[in-house]
Amino acid sequence: MIALLRRDLMLAFRAGGGFGLGLAFFLIVTVLVPFSVGPQSELLSTIAPGVLWLGALLACLLSLDRLLALDFEDGTLDLLATAPLPLEAALSVKALSHWLTTGLPLVLAAPVLGLMLNLAPSGFMWLIASLALGTPALSVIGTFGAALTVGIKRGGLLMSLLVLPLYVPTLIFGAEAARRGAMGLDPGTPLTLLAGITLGTIALMPFASAAVLRMTLR
Amino acid sequence: MSLWEYANPVKFLGLSARVQPYLWAAAAICVVVGLTWGFFATPDDYRQGSTVKIIYLHVPAALMAINAWFMMLVTSLIWLIRRHHVSALAAKAAAPVGLTMTLIALVTGAIWGQPMWGTWWAWDPRLTSFLILFLFYLGYIALWEAVEDPDTAADLTSVLCLVGSVFAILSRYAVNFWNQGLHQGTSVPVATGGRTVADVFWYPLLISMVGFGLLFLSLVLYRTGTEIRLRRTRALLARSRKDV
Repeated sequence: MIALLRRDLMLAFRAGGGFGLGLAFFLIVTVLVPFSVGPQSELLSTIAPGVLWLGALLACLLSLDRLLALDFEDGTLDLLATAPLPLEAALSVKALSHWLTTGLPLVLAAPVLGLMLNLAPSGFMWLIASLALGTPALSVIGTFGAALTVGIKRGGLLMSLLVLPLYVPTLIFGAEAARRGAMGLDPGTPLTLLAGITLGTIALMPFASAAVLRMTLR
Repeated sequence: MSLWEYANPVKFLGLSARVQPYLWAAAAICVVVGLTWGFFATPDDYRQGSTVKIIYLHVPAALMAINAWFMMLVTSLIWLIRRHHVSALAAKAAAPVGLTMTLIALVTGAIWGQPMWGTWWAWDPRLTSFLILFLFYLGYIALWEAVEDPDTAADLTSVLCLVGSVFAILSRYAVNFWNQGLHQGTSVPVATGGRTVADVFWYPLLISMVGFGLLFLSLVLYRTGTEIRLRRTRALLARSRKDV
């Protein structure tokens, strides 16, 4: 498992620039928002938590079709499926490496971008907390979407259509926690529910992902 | 004599051909009677005026939109567990019907909402959940279309339907948390039986609901039959090509 994780991380860092892509996309989306809604700082600070959450979600989505497609093309997935390591565990590792290369940098970059969007000072901690809690769920659900569409040629757009509705609960609770934090309210309830979703998906989604991947590889 | 006998396509087609005329007739009668009674023979509501009459389309369509997904869930489970092709094809056949019902519910809701709430659309929990359900239907149908091998397509869509159901329910409660509603609660709770609709409106509504249910059933039977014959034709074509 650790070898697989190291391999995935190394591939992400060294080959094809997949590592910085999500981060750059996040930056661009956030920079474009003031152009589209106007530079008034009160307006920006109201929408900042939501915009940052949406940007992080889209950046996660963007890097999903690299998650399995390359391994599917060169046959690595077939080897993984026949390896002694259960496919569920392999996919969990894949999701983890996706989170380490996409989710974690987004969490770390979010406060800087929050500064640019004039996020309220009380909101920074809760923004980081909600993103750190929520982005693993995005990676795990995204792995399911990637496994579902990996056998389809040019399945990227279809994957977005399938994955985005699945992201709804995570987005609602995550953005709500960040918003409440920024407004100085108690974000405990949405944060707890968000943690529930994340833990639930981490526990259960790998089984669904492995099931659909086996169906595709069969 | 068991229900599983009809997993055999020939038996299924035979039964479906025998019951379909009656189903279509019953559906037509119920829909026509329910809608004409509702539209022309009920009094205007004292507060909502004649706009209330759209309820005879809105409520049955919404009811069937959810039930169609539920039916797809059950047939997907049957496909995954017992591998009956008829079951998978029935799920495939039901999806566009459910999509249409969802669309009808959304559109009639917007038309009803405009004079009553003063807006075509509001980000109300019920409206939002229906929109999400609509997206789930779209994704499900798109996945069926995208996968070439029919058995793999049936497998993948079945799992998507199961996972989608869990997330649809999650979203349903998440949006409740996210925004308080404009839409009223249900007026005809099935479980408790304490309805708040007056009898003059209730009977035609009940008939339309039954009519929409029968209409859904006939459409699904008809479309499943089409899918089975399509599958059969493809198999025959493939075989004849092999012979040559």
